[in-house]
Formats: sequence, structure tokens, C-alpha cells
Amino acid sequence: MKDLIEIRWHGRGGQGAKTASLLLADAAFNTGKFIQGFPEYGPERMGAPITAYNRISVNPIRIHSNIYEPDFVVVVDDTLLSSVDVTAGLKKEGAIVINTTKTIDELKPLLKGYEGRVFAIDARAVSEEALGKYFPNTPMLASIVKVSEVMSEEDFIKDMEGSFKHKFAKKPEVIEGNMKALTLALEQVKQLQ
Amino acid sequence: MSIRERLSGNEATAYAMKQINPDVVAAFPITPSTEIPQYFSTYVANGQVDTEFVAVESEHSAMSACIGAEAAGARAMTATSANGLEYMWEMVQIASSSRLPIVMGLVNRAISGPLNIHCDHTDAMSVRDAGWIMLFSENNQEAYDNMLMAHRIAEHKDVMLPLMVCQDGFITSHAIEAIQLEEDEKVKAFVGEYHPEHYLLDRDNPIAVGPMDLQPYLTEHKKQQAVAMANAKQVILDVAKEFEDMTGRHYEFFERYQMDDAEFVIVCMNSTAGTVKTVVDELREQGIKAGLLKIRVFRPFPGEEIADALRNAKAVAVLDKVPLVSNVGGPLYEDITSSMFNRGVHVNTINYTYGVGGRDVTADQIKSVYHDLQYTTDMSVPYRFLGLKEGK
Repeated sequence: MKDLIEIRWHGRGGQGAKTASLLLADAAFNTGKFIQGFPEYGPERMGAPITAYNRISVNPIRIHSNIYEPDFVVVVDDTLLSSVDVTAGLKKEGAIVINTTKTIDELKPLLKGYEGRVFAIDARAVSEEALGKYFPNTPMLASIVKVSEVMSEEDFIKDMEGSFKHKFAKKPEVIEGNMKALTLALEQVKQLQ
Repeated sequence: MSIRERLSGNEATAYAMKQINPDVVAAFPITPSTEIPQYFSTYVANGQVDTEFVAVESEHSAMSACIGAEAAGARAMTATSANGLEYMWEMVQIASSSRLPIVMGLVNRAISGPLNIHCDHTDAMSVRDAGWIMLFSENNQEAYDNMLMAHRIAEHKDVMLPLMVCQDGFITSHAIEAIQLEEDEKVKAFVGEYHPEHYLLDRDNPIAVGPMDLQPYLTEHKKQQAVAMANAKQVILDVAKEFEDMTGRHYEFFERYQMDDAEFVIVCMNSTAGTVKTVVDELREQGIKAGLLKIRVFRPFPGEEIADALRNAKAVAVLDKVPLVSNVGGPLYEDITSSMFNRGVHVNTINYTYGVGGRDVTADQIKSVYHDLQYTTDMSVPYRFLGLKEGK
């Protein structure tokens, strides 16, 4: 991992992009890193486009501004591709990770000539198989961990198990499904050529 | 040993309040400070604090309840933002003139209108002459640390004034970042218990709180308030020294970042200071002598010390996170330039209004300010906008 990794999340209100960015910050913190996880609140409501950010660094983080030249971008909902400039400033050495079933030929015109790597995951299929419901943020979280290599998959899984036990202390029945969503996503996220 | 954690600014504030364990918290929710009473009420419900939590119906009542509790001899706290602070404005003045050391978390936000829930410092600046001590915080760590020091300053017998700890709404209040927390027992010992000299429930020494005060004595009482505010300066330094002994974290009236030989200096408060530091580092690598003076203590205003710290600069920019609609400079600029004038410090100083209503403050904007300081000698336009859209 580089000394500083910057990640930008694009989602829709209610899909859990903000929660996913906070969980990623949590997990990276537990591997000893300095972290920031913050949402950009707008006139936010269910379904409206939202942005969230992560900085993960080996050094203390002092800057307090949004991220304009991210190393990685996560798109939680591919309907955003036509309305939001998701690749704006995205470094070509980095990558974009999209929740989609589209092919690379279908995606290309939507990515405004982005030259870096493009990864796809069908987070709907993963979520519905693992949880029986559509919560795209858990598979997207696992996907960005894998693509960005901010931590090992092993550390990530171990840490998330602890987080879910804490987060879902009152509904332990959902822990197994969420863990399954993570492991399925780690297997299924693929680079599109 | 400090505890390594990750918390948002609001979580850090609520956690400090839990460790302080005040007698009374009275609050009404308003974005972006809502989480502070929300988290604190969870501590109350879980029995982790002994506090009487008063879920009032408005901010006016929140401050009134704090005033009642403090007058009775209790330690009282609250939190608010923006229009919530405006709604308690009347009682904010009563608190300070009654010399009640209430402590408040103020999560800075623009004041309507038009309606805006994001950060700027208009709310804090609307009470800058209300007789409260005002501390500003760059990040979650400073919001936490300032809160731990708050009661020691406010309740000091030479001070006895209310105190607010400010931090930037959303930018730090809702950002998860790493933080060092202190152990409960250490905090408890540091903050100590509150034993007021005079209080209403002391039936052997009856007093009146908030009586009418007309021509014969109001001037003298206001002078006493001013003396108390001046006294706070030494107390703030003494408490910071003790705090440093406990935590290793150093605080003064303001932080000097690369100021020893700085030629071009930005003065600002709260979260923007972190962004300025990253820009200073970058400019220093290019051989540009950039520096930052970050204000922590805004009231009492350390005007002499600030003026002296700016004496050797070639040019200074003061950043005010408030809209300028007065045809003079922003509040921070006016305080600093008048202090410089009184102290015989003559350095070209320009003023920017920036980051209003949550407009993102970027490293590029800060670079443009240092660029202006290096190459602009035209002081006929001292009041400027930063990050203004072209043609607007």
C-alpha cells in the first residue's frame, strides 16, 4: 500500500455508502493506520446521489477537504454512471469498482475515457444470495478492500466479524449472511478487460 | 497510557461529557450537533453517568435549564448549533452576566437564511461579545481535549464564566478520525469536583441571582466581567500546562506552525488549519517561507500575543469563515488588525471570507492565498472572497 490512499464512494441515499466508508475506516484503523471516513451531506434523501470519502494513511492526516484526485472510486449504483462524473480526477494508476452486470463495452462510454483498471461485481446477486435482500454496501466494501489492497483479506475478514458482532449484537441472525456477502464478493469481484 | 480510538468529533465530545459526568445536561437537537445529546442520552439510559438529562422543548429552555442548574450549584452542560444558538441567544447573555460557568459544545454551522445546514462560523461570531470563553478545535482530538480542560478554566474562582468549545459542523463533527483518549479515572481527577463559592441552595448564605441592576452598579459589574475574562488568559495557560503533563499534548492561545521565520502567514481557526498545514509543508519544500497561526482561544482574545507573533511577517491573510456583509472586515480580521495597530505592528494584512455554508475549502484555494501574499502589494482591496465562482 502507498503511504496515503484516497477513496471516493458514489451511491444513492439509503444504499449504505456512508456506512460502508465508515466500516472501511474502522477496519483500516484496526490494522494500525490513520484514517478518515466522512460523508458529503447535501440535500440528502432516499435515492438522491451521495458521496462519501476515505483517507487511509501511515501518517497522521491533517487535511480536511473533499477528495478531488482519488486513487480509487467505488460506484454502489450503476445508474449513477450516466448522471454523475464518477471518474472525475480518478488517477489512472488506480481503479474504479462498480456494482454492475454491464460488460466493459457497455461501461466504456459511461466512464469518459478513463484509462485505469475497471472492476465489476454484481452486488445485487451477492447480497440476495447471502442475505436474501438487496444491501449493496457490504459486497462493495469487500470489493474495494480487495482491489485497493489496503489490508489483507484475512485481516479484513477477521476484523469485520468482530465489527458485525458488535454492530448486530441485538440481531445476531444477520451476522452470518453479512459475512457470507463479504466472502462471496472477495471471490467474485473481477477486473473487466 | 492514552487509549487509541477512532471517533467522530461529535462522538469525541459526547465521550468527554461522559467522562466529565456533569450534574445536568439540558439540550434540544439541531443539526449538526444532534448526535452529542443523542449519544449522551444513551450514556444516561445505560446508567454510565449520574447526570440528570433534561430533554427540553427548545434551545431557549436548554440554556435556561443550565442557568437554573448552575445557579443552584450544579455543573451543567449543553450542545447546539446555528439557529439553536440564536434561539438561546437571550439566555446566553444571562449565563455570562450571572457568572455561571456552563460549558457548551458548539458545532459550527451557517445561520439561516437562506436555509443551510453546513459549516461556517456565523453562529459563533454572533456571540463573540456575549461574555463566553470561546475555544476552537482543529479536529476531533482538540474538540475532546478542549472539553476536558473546559471546566477547569470556566469554574476557576478568578474566572467564573461560561465556556464554549467550537468545532466545524460535518467537517469534523461527522468525520471518523483517529484520536487519543484518556482513562476515565485520570479525567475524573483532572476535571475535579465543582464546589461553587456562592449558590442558591446554600441556605446559610442566601444570594440573589439575576436581580435588576441599574445606573448605580451595572458599569462596575460589567467591568468585573471584563476583568474575569482577562483573568481567564493565565488560567487557560495554567490548565494547558497541567493537561500537557497528563497527556503530552501541548496547547497555548494559538498554535504556531512553521512561524519562526515565516514571511507569508495565514491566520485561521478550526478544521481549515489542517489543510493549511499540508500546504505549508508543500510550499516549504519549494523554499517559500509560509507559516500558519491557528487561533485556539478566540475569547479572551490574545491580541497582544497575536500581534507580536505576526510582527516579522511580510504579509498576512486572515481567513474568516463568515459572510462579509458589513463593508468592513470579518470579526477575526478586525480583532487582529486592531490589535496590530495598538501594538505598533505594521504588516500588510488582507481578509478573505471563505468556506461559507459548507463550501469545501481545498488545498488549491489555500495555495492561491499564499500566492496572493507573495505577489500582491495592492492593499486597496483588503476584503476578498476565496473560492468564489467566476462572474458571481
